[in-house]
Amino acid sequence: MADVLRNVDFFNLDELLTPEERMTRDTVRQFVQREVLPVVERHFANETFPLDLVPRMAELGMFGANLKGYGCVGMNNVAYGLIMQELEAGDSGLRSFASVQSALSMYAIYAFGSEEQKNRYLPEMARGKLIGCFGLTEPDHGSDPGGMETRARRDGTGWVLNGTKRWITNGSLAGVAIVWARTDDKIAGFLVEKGTSGFTTRDIHGKFSMRASVTSELILEDVRVPDSARLPEARGLGGPLSCLTQARYGIAWGAIGAARTCYNCALDYTRSRRQFSRVLAGYQLVQSKLVRIMTEITKAQMVCLRLAQLKDAGRARPEHVSFAKRNNVAMALEAARLARDMLGANGIVNEYPVIRHMLNLETVNTYEGTFDVQTLILGRDITGENAFE
Amino acid sequence: MKILVPVKRVPDPATTIRVLPDGSGIATDNVKWVINPFDEIAIEEALRIKEKQGGEVVLVAVGQQTWQEQLRTGLAMGADRAILVRSEAALDTLAIARLLAKIAEEQKPDIIILGKQAIDDDSNQVGQMLAEMLGWPQATFASKVEFQDRKCTVVREVDGGLETVAFDLPAIVTTDLRLNEPRYASLPGIMKARKKELKEIPADSLGVDLTPKLKIKKLDPPPKRQAGRKVASVEELVQVLHNEAKVI
Repeated sequence: MADVLRNVDFFNLDELLTPEERMTRDTVRQFVQREVLPVVERHFANETFPLDLVPRMAELGMFGANLKGYGCVGMNNVAYGLIMQELEAGDSGLRSFASVQSALSMYAIYAFGSEEQKNRYLPEMARGKLIGCFGLTEPDHGSDPGGMETRARRDGTGWVLNGTKRWITNGSLAGVAIVWARTDDKIAGFLVEKGTSGFTTRDIHGKFSMRASVTSELILEDVRVPDSARLPEARGLGGPLSCLTQARYGIAWGAIGAARTCYNCALDYTRSRRQFSRVLAGYQLVQSKLVRIMTEITKAQMVCLRLAQLKDAGRARPEHVSFAKRNNVAMALEAARLARDMLGANGIVNEYPVIRHMLNLETVNTYEGTFDVQTLILGRDITGENAFE
Repeated sequence: MKILVPVKRVPDPATTIRVLPDGSGIATDNVKWVINPFDEIAIEEALRIKEKQGGEVVLVAVGQQTWQEQLRTGLAMGADRAILVRSEAALDTLAIARLLAKIAEEQKPDIIILGKQAIDDDSNQVGQMLAEMLGWPQATFASKVEFQDRKCTVVREVDGGLETVAFDLPAIVTTDLRLNEPRYASLPGIMKARKKELKEIPADSLGVDLTPKLKIKKLDPPPKRQAGRKVASVEELVQVLHNEAKVI
């Protein structure tokens, strides 16, 4: 199969990218082509994360790429988005790793940490020597993180944490966990290092989706941390929610990558497979599906480019990001399902990447704010009515 | 060691090339442009030499302003600076070799490393012409390059095997496919490339005769491949190979 990572660029949007942005995209695409695609099906089959790729990703500068200083590359948000797009063209699990490391963990420290915390953690995380995870979701609190049950109790000069976090990407891989907990007056964030007494993790198995990614439970039983482990600038639920906005931004781009791989695969397949008197791509039903995917990918690309411009200008609202996450992931999921359908029986085996992307995207549709939650965010924005409760 | 690496901009090898209806060239809309893959190998080799023994890697290209993008990619891989000899007109290999010889006289590199050929016109001429003009030794189709003081040893890929040659610097080396695997431009490298020097020189300011000696009259797309044919038995296959294809 020829080059499933190739561009889909019906409107010559490449012209709107700077040479540096194109170069960044090409670098990550080459990395995925040479180092990810050859191993990803094996990792998905074995339910393992390709940990040996982390030093390479760090060396190429992919972690915290849109953060400035502290050993981060300091690229703009277009370049950051393109990195996510290319990683997810390989596998959503790989992009998830990068998202959690960069947009959730590093960003939380970058935005809400003390100078000392930033200097201690960010350069190590940019170098891939230290992996982070982000503990917000709990077994009983997904879409309503405000209802969290994890508690942080004052104990002398420090804190004692108790509670359980679930569905935490990179949980057991992480050297530092950002744990959000309820204090007497507000929700606060704490940096809990691996090995801290009372802090354990347990991996979640039996996943049919995101199998090349580690998903864990974090268990906190009387975990004592000093006050210097608290993120001093995070005050209330706005802290973790702003991290989610960063992650959603990367997901909106990433989904295009997954959709693109599925589309390229379906296009190549239907142009070469003959049934009855002609190639599949010669039938109207098949063309209708291909055109639908190509159209939706193109629209999603335009949304992301505009969103990136707004974000770089400091004018992107969280609702803009919700729009892009909601639209692009739903688009990618539909693209993957249509591509799966066009590949027929071949669409269900791992000889082709389509079924893997399709299964992964079910997770992407749900995590970092479900499709329906994004709908409510946008509904509230345009009507002024809060439909959450 | 000061290393000069001439670079050419070519269509991405993965691009589907369409010949214009009048045969005057190829359709360039929506073509992705990249560094000639053999030149990329030359850049990689130059960077490895520099990492081992210090020095400077200077890129040079002869082309239009848009070629800056490929030079920037080379700078992002790690080259120190770049020179773009600006020419709006497409030049033939002889004119390009003359311009590069001028640049070499001015820059005085210890070695010039370049691709054995460009993947667009497959001329395989510039390195050899350059060696003749400068009066320097040349080692083409290199698959291994080693140094000892001012001596260079190159293993060449020749028909039927490998040939090892040794010569004194300064010299010309052209790269073959198996010399190395080029690195990607890292993201920090891309950011650093922003600040590196990229100097433009007009081609007609170098006092070189650029009159084309070669004219491309017409391009034709390769003929469509004939469909294969099925044979019923091994006996028939052997018959066909012997009597029709005449290969056994």
